[in-house]
Amino acid sequence: MPSATIAGVTVDVNEEGFMTDRGQWTRAIGEAIAAELGMTPMTDSHWKVIDFLQKDYAEQGVMPSIRRVKNAGGIPTKELYALYPDGPLKKASRIAGLPKPSSCI
Amino acid sequence: MSEANGKIKKVSLVCSKGSLEGIYPALIMANGARMEGIEASIFFTFFGLYAVLKKFNTKIKIATVGNPAMRVPDAKGMPLPTILGAIPGMSTFATRMMQKEMEQLDIPPIPEFIEMIRDAGGHLYACKATVDMFHLKPEDFCDELEKVLTVGEFYELSAGAQIIFT
Repeated sequence: MPSATIAGVTVDVNEEGFMTDRGQWTRAIGEAIAAELGMTPMTDSHWKVIDFLQKDYAEQGVMPSIRRVKNAGGIPTKELYALYPDGPLKKASRIAGLPKPSSCI
Repeated sequence: MSEANGKIKKVSLVCSKGSLEGIYPALIMANGARMEGIEASIFFTFFGLYAVLKKFNTKIKIATVGNPAMRVPDAKGMPLPTILGAIPGMSTFATRMMQKEMEQLDIPPIPEFIEMIRDAGGHLYACKATVDMFHLKPEDFCDELEKVLTVGEFYELSAGAQIIFT
């Protein structure tokens, strides 16, 4: 299992850079991954997406789709793409320390 | 170019069929492209145009006739002969079954899907030849449709894209 040093902490990641141990995630790590992806600054709106993904993943055990982020998370699709351009769900999941989204939708 | 660095940058989908199984692949592929940060547009032509006609895109059905892969009651069931597929209500029934499965996978109904693709920055165009042939007016289309294009304009807008016919 590869590991990476993010925000001064060694964490487990997979080949694509997604964290594999939820327990290792902290907001500082999220912030550092975001910076690596060119997502600075992370505003409250950005964190709202991360918070929903983490909460929904914890409750459902699967990564939500963009449709679910819209319908259950109350984050409009347009806003999601504006906050996280070029692959919103994938980027946000990585920042959130969650697995890569597995749905086609 | 579209395949620089081995990554697809832009896709143009042509949706030419108006059955449920004709329309969804184009919508899923366009939406999936946007999810990956790939530019995406769909050119709706012939019966595929029904996907963006607001009075009709809620009534799209599966073809139960002339579909030799069709099985009942599920994908591994018995083949559905065309003569049975022609029974009134069969298409509606099969569509309802499929929609139930799709809802579980979070695949949206067509109007919501169209809205999501537009909100995701995908582009939706209608084919001028078909619009003229079907005598369609601007008010027939859902709000998400951006423009009616000639095939020439479609090719112009597709510069550098992979063109995919569904």
